[in-house]
Amino acid sequence: MEALYATVTGFLAASGLYLALRGRTFPVVVGLTLLSYAVNLFLFSTGGLTTNGAAVIQEGVSYYADPLPQALVLTAIVIGFAMTAFSVILAMRVRGDLGSDQVNDQREESKEDKS
Amino acid sequence: MSLPLIVLLPLLGSLIPMLSNNQHRTINAWSTALLPAIALGIVIAHAPGVISGEVYHFSVNWVPQLGLDLAFRIDGLSLLFLLLILGIGLLIILYARYYLSPDDSMPRFYAYLMLFMTSMIGIVMADNLLLLWVFWELTSLSSFLLIGYWSQQSEARRGARMALVVTGMGGLAMLAGFLLIGHIVGTYDMQTVLDSRDLIQADPRYLPALLLVLLGAFTKSAQFPFHFWLPHAMAAPTPVSAFLHSATMVKAGVFLLARMHPALAGSQLWLYIVTLTGLVTMIYAAYFALLKYDLKGVLAFSTVSHLGMITMLFGLDSKLAVAAGLFHIINHALFKASLFMSAGIIDHETGTRDIRKLSGLRHSMPMTALLAGLAASSMAGVPLLNGFISKEMMLTEALGTGILGGLAWLIPVLATIGSVLSVAYSLRYVRNIFFGPEAKDLPQTPHEAPFMMRLPMLVLVGLCVIIGLMPALMVTGLLDAAAQATILSPRPELHLAIWHGFNLPLLMSAVALAGGAGLYAVRRNLFNFQRQFPQRNALMAFEQNILRLLHGTQTAIDRLENGSLQRYMLWLIIAVLFLTGGGLLDLEQLQGPRQLQALDGLLIVGAAITILAGLGTAILHRRRLVSLMMLSVVGLMVSLAFARFSAPDLALTQLAVEVVTVILLMLALFFLPQRTPKESSGPRVVRDVLVAAGFGGVVASLNYALLTRPLDTISGFFLDNSVSGGGGHNVVNVILVDFRGFDTLGEITVLCIAAIGIYKLLNRLRLFMPSSDSEGRPWSKDLHPMLLGTVSQTLLPLALLVSVYIFLRGHNEPGGGFIAGLVTAVALILLYIARGVDWSQQRLSFNYQPIAVTGVAISALTGLGSWVFGHNFLTSAFGHFSIPYIGEVELATAMLFDLGVYLTVVGATLMILANLGKLTTRHRPSKENDKETV
Repeated sequence: MEALYATVTGFLAASGLYLALRGRTFPVVVGLTLLSYAVNLFLFSTGGLTTNGAAVIQEGVSYYADPLPQALVLTAIVIGFAMTAFSVILAMRVRGDLGSDQVNDQREESKEDKS
Repeated sequence: MSLPLIVLLPLLGSLIPMLSNNQHRTINAWSTALLPAIALGIVIAHAPGVISGEVYHFSVNWVPQLGLDLAFRIDGLSLLFLLLILGIGLLIILYARYYLSPDDSMPRFYAYLMLFMTSMIGIVMADNLLLLWVFWELTSLSSFLLIGYWSQQSEARRGARMALVVTGMGGLAMLAGFLLIGHIVGTYDMQTVLDSRDLIQADPRYLPALLLVLLGAFTKSAQFPFHFWLPHAMAAPTPVSAFLHSATMVKAGVFLLARMHPALAGSQLWLYIVTLTGLVTMIYAAYFALLKYDLKGVLAFSTVSHLGMITMLFGLDSKLAVAAGLFHIINHALFKASLFMSAGIIDHETGTRDIRKLSGLRHSMPMTALLAGLAASSMAGVPLLNGFISKEMMLTEALGTGILGGLAWLIPVLATIGSVLSVAYSLRYVRNIFFGPEAKDLPQTPHEAPFMMRLPMLVLVGLCVIIGLMPALMVTGLLDAAAQATILSPRPELHLAIWHGFNLPLLMSAVALAGGAGLYAVRRNLFNFQRQFPQRNALMAFEQNILRLLHGTQTAIDRLENGSLQRYMLWLIIAVLFLTGGGLLDLEQLQGPRQLQALDGLLIVGAAITILAGLGTAILHRRRLVSLMMLSVVGLMVSLAFARFSAPDLALTQLAVEVVTVILLMLALFFLPQRTPKESSGPRVVRDVLVAAGFGGVVASLNYALLTRPLDTISGFFLDNSVSGGGGHNVVNVILVDFRGFDTLGEITVLCIAAIGIYKLLNRLRLFMPSSDSEGRPWSKDLHPMLLGTVSQTLLPLALLVSVYIFLRGHNEPGGGFIAGLVTAVALILLYIARGVDWSQQRLSFNYQPIAVTGVAISALTGLGSWVFGHNFLTSAFGHFSIPYIGEVELATAMLFDLGVYLTVVGATLMILANLGKLTTRHRPSKENDKETV
């Protein structure tokens, strides 16, 4: 089971990274989102993979899932959303102001514009 | 102790001139002079003690962690410099009163001057290396202000900048040297450092430390090859030149040599570097002093030359040489300051400083001519004046040195040549300006300057004569004390006298005087000789070099930072691969000792779906909508994975965020191209696939290695204390709102900032809105299907109820502010989608920004509230209360904190999505309603 879990994390990370290396904004944003899933899964697994563990404190139960990585990942999910939102809106703004959705700086052109 | 007062009074004095305006110039001058005069009085009160061999200390801690103390001392060396700084400083204040024109701002000038005086005093009194450096840099800064005082002149600005760059650079080098010394000795305390000569010189770091400290001294004292800034600093008003560039600032460098002499001198390295640098500077600068046409240019180069002579004396391995150097510091300050003043008077009265135009001024200004003549004679080393005595001493020491072995005769010969040049330019200064036929075509008709303007010169030249006539009586005590402080050994036997009998140095002096007169007579040939060399302007060359440096840096930056995000990403990932891959290589085996868990069919299917959806997202990325759908599948599967592995809170959060994210990305996609053009070349795709695969492999290996190794967690603490300490059974929620509440406060603040940032980014954004989809089909006319509208409207209260329920139970059951906030947001967004922005805005006329900000504020205030009760930030309290009809309810301050989280999440999410959605409606910004959207 551990091997399978690690494989999934690895595939998601690889797919996300491949997209993040593309030259247009939208695939980059999607890639970052995918990458953040992989990161969240990874972080979550640092507490171990617990099957049927108790999530809340109960009398007479001693088998709990590790709550600390969960708390960390929970905020990471929300922050990840904020980051995705910010980058995609930035992409829209770039398209609105520069008319392009390329991630690379069109420095040469802007220099010519100035002169 | 009154020592700190000596520094403090001039510092306070820099404020006094600001109190008055430019009108009452005399009052201004006298009130400015008051505090430094008191400081001088304190110094003089200490003088008898110092001369009898005492050293006064004062120290308070300033930044003890750095070893920086506010420590001052007065020993013989400090005393000598203090008398020069304060004494000449007072005369300069008087002189400047008459020199500055009514257009110049006098308060500003005096304030700068006092600031400079303070920093100079700080240097000579510092009893801590770091403190010395602080004041050192302060002199660079304040002299920058003074040189650039006439800031309307380009020459002044550029000269000031060059002086700042050169001396500032030297100061930084000196700091590095001091730090090295501090590391060797273990303290920055001056006395300890000075007593640690053997320790320092035995250390391998001695060489770099010495070179760095010397770099500081040589730049400040304008030694070759850093001499070029001083002539350009002559763009300063003449009182500044008289003070900074003759008596004080340029002497800071030689002061440093004297101050560090006990610790650093005595090695072969010191002997050769310092002596030869001084010698080269002395001759080189004296030659150019002879060639200059500008009065102040002559004086500037002659200053460089005399500083070279003092440097050479400090380099020579002899106690008497050091004493001679110290003596010449006094003498040079006296005659050079008065010469600068004479140059200022001539400039002031005639309107020019060009030697070629000036002539015969002795007729119109006899007093100035007399004083300048005496000062210049002292500079030339004419007997019966103070300059003669120190020059004799210099020649004696040059003869007696053992440096250069068989070539030792070179030193006295070169020293004599330097003296010859010195006589020649002194003679030229006096003869050309004051003698000869009276100049006709001067810009102004010259006449004698006011008496008060000549008075400072009179005092200085008077001292030159008195010291020259009675050297033993006047300065022996002071010089003895200063030499003792510099050498830290029994006093050398000083015999200051006018007459030492017929000896070799006297012969050399005579040769110098005769040779100088001869050289002056044939100076035309020298000028003609010099004409064949191309003229180089140090200022232009310096600025060209600066420009070249800037250009080179810019080119390097452009090459590194070429604006390609793809390239930055690639380098970043490759770095990660190497670092992490290297760590993995160190593992003996990937699999750890932990027992593996069994697989089941459901897991395999789930994993397969996740992997396929992830790969699909990447492979199909050019069809953006399909890719997005694949992404949402991954998100759902991740959410299921959380549920499978006993994390209901995470599953709920992931689910809600997934919905919001997909809606957001779909909205964004509406404005972006629907397809990605095929751009990447084959090799690039291969490269990216390889990098991505490598990255995925590393991540998977790391994750596997982690999962199969024994787990040592700190979560036991949270599990044990959650109920008793946080009053909640849902440990994840208790960690979020209580144990790690500070983290959460940070998180929601970030969320709020991101949302506000997005709000600003969307402000006035004008985007092309496609009227059809990518295939050219027009949008459906049924914008808001009735079925969806009805369902969403019906669901809304239900969803809100659920979210309240999730919120309330969050402390004890899966749920909490994050999840409840997301559920609320999703419900409201559904309404927006179903009914449109117009319809929804009429009914939900909230501004979402205040909600988000209020949320952060509530959370922060809850945390602050615990201060009121004397607890640490974010300490929570809880209790159980019985409410009629509802039953026993637990209330915790953590719930208030969670309310803040809830509001922030709702506010931020809706701020993002509702504003984005608005772009699709008639509310989108256009030229007509710009003003409303601002």
